Amino acid sequence: MNTRIGLIAANTFREAVRDRVLYNLIAFALLMSGAAILVGQISISIERLVVVNLGLTAVSLFGMVIAIFIGIGLVSKEIDRRTLYTVLSRPVRRWEFIVGKFAGLAGTLVVNTAFMAIGVFGALVYVSHRLQPSDGWLLVALYFIVLQFLIITALALLFSAFSSPLLSAVFASSLFVIGTFAEDLRGFAGLTSGAVRWLATGAAYLVPNFSALNVISSVAHEQAVSAQLIVYNTAYALLYTTGALCGAVLIFERRNLK
Amino acid sequence: MPVIEILGLEKTYAVGFWRKRGKPALRPLHLEVEEGEIFGFLGPNGAGKTTTLKMLMGLVFPTAGTARILGMELNDPRVKAQIGFLPEQPYFYDYLTARELLEYFAGLSGVPAKERSRRAQQMLARVGLAEASGVQLRRFSKGMLQRVGIAQAILHEPRVVFFDEPMSGLDPMGRRDVRDLMDQLRQEGKTVFFSTHILSDAEALCDRVAIIHQGELRGVGTVADLTSGAENQVEITWQGTAVPLALRVPGAECHVAGNEVRSVVRETDLEAVLEVLRRERLRLISVVPVRRSLEDYFVEKLKPAEAAAGVQP
Repeated sequence: MNTRIGLIAANTFREAVRDRVLYNLIAFALLMSGAAILVGQISISIERLVVVNLGLTAVSLFGMVIAIFIGIGLVSKEIDRRTLYTVLSRPVRRWEFIVGKFAGLAGTLVVNTAFMAIGVFGALVYVSHRLQPSDGWLLVALYFIVLQFLIITALALLFSAFSSPLLSAVFASSLFVIGTFAEDLRGFAGLTSGAVRWLATGAAYLVPNFSALNVISSVAHEQAVSAQLIVYNTAYALLYTTGALCGAVLIFERRNLK
Repeated sequence: MPVIEILGLEKTYAVGFWRKRGKPALRPLHLEVEEGEIFGFLGPNGAGKTTTLKMLMGLVFPTAGTARILGMELNDPRVKAQIGFLPEQPYFYDYLTARELLEYFAGLSGVPAKERSRRAQQMLARVGLAEASGVQLRRFSKGMLQRVGIAQAILHEPRVVFFDEPMSGLDPMGRRDVRDLMDQLRQEGKTVFFSTHILSDAEALCDRVAIIHQGELRGVGTVADLTSGAENQVEITWQGTAVPLALRVPGAECHVAGNEVRSVVRETDLEAVLEVLRRERLRLISVVPVRRSLEDYFVEKLKPAEAAAGVQP
């Protein structure tokens, strides 16, 4: 990574930390503690299932909210506050700025997820009194969640490169919801015909396929995740993220900073 | 070779719902700034000063024309390492301290890591903020932010510095400090290009100025040239309390103040007036060409368009 991208990423991470973004961890810790205590009292033999489902879903939702609501402001806030002027009047290329901003938020989300993962494992130990080999699949589920964060962060950046923060939030959130049901959308496309089929198939493949990246239910039931799926999901997420980032760069490169 | 060459830069913004109407912000602008000059870019609010500066910084893309800085095209990455920029009413990352901000900018400007901290402290001391180096910028006043803005613009020792309204928001002491600093930059051989609508600052500092109005260049030259005796009058002062009869002619204004008489006459009448004073054995104190103020010139240059547009003075 070149120095300028690294500096911009580090500054973005520092901004998130100083703006108390990581305070969400307190809410997460309270949620996990409360859930673990409650589940331990009322569930019989499904404590582990409930904690894994609840914990990983919370990790995903907390991260998504951060990715969308910080992601949409990464560029627009810098333009509105004119902080961008003193950055781009230096030997910083516009694509370096976009990539640096993305890397900074991605780093923040990884750190955030790591802390939340510790919370999930802590709650799991609390209810099961031990960890078992199949709990290792939780790490794969967490990895897929991080891949989802990368995609949604890149999309939020893409939208914020040309639209207002409010519209960007609407677009990114909508894509998250639709992407969660991408497999269903593909199934629906298969049931239709003619122009509707073309449209539904196009939409199904255009939206990010978050359902393929969601293995929470499987790992909660102690099912293994295939190596093929890990490779496929990694390649898919990297390609999708790169595509969205390239789009953001292309738009931002031509934008007049009035 | 000029340090800054503006070659027909032009900007028209697309406005309206369908963005089909064009609103010219800058008409073709041709301008050259020589090395080591303090160049004032003057004009009222909305004249096109900031648009010009933003185009030079690569923040806004010109509709037509081009510009060169230090002989390099604007899109040449090497240019940015040689220039410093203070935007109008600067705002910085307020979660950073002044020192952190300058270290960050030093890094982006290519200052080696081990030198950044020293350079940041040095610059903060130079703009009088050494004591506040560890304070977060959200606690800074407008004047302090302006000083930080100046520090970040000169942090990497650029050869050319662009200031957009550098005196904006500063108290009289702050304005004087900025003027001193710009003077120091000139002494260091740097070229300073600054926009302002405060004419007294331009008059006190600039080697040359350009006047822009409604996106159009209205005049350019040295302050002395622009304000020199275009009216061809001289002011003569002599000791005494009376005005000789020979000088009581139409066109010669005389004012007695204390033990001095001041008279403004046409340059062509100067010899005749001096002859009268010699004859009357009056002691001559001074003969000074009457200069217009930059403000007079500025107002004069702005008038035609306003008159055409039906604007009342």
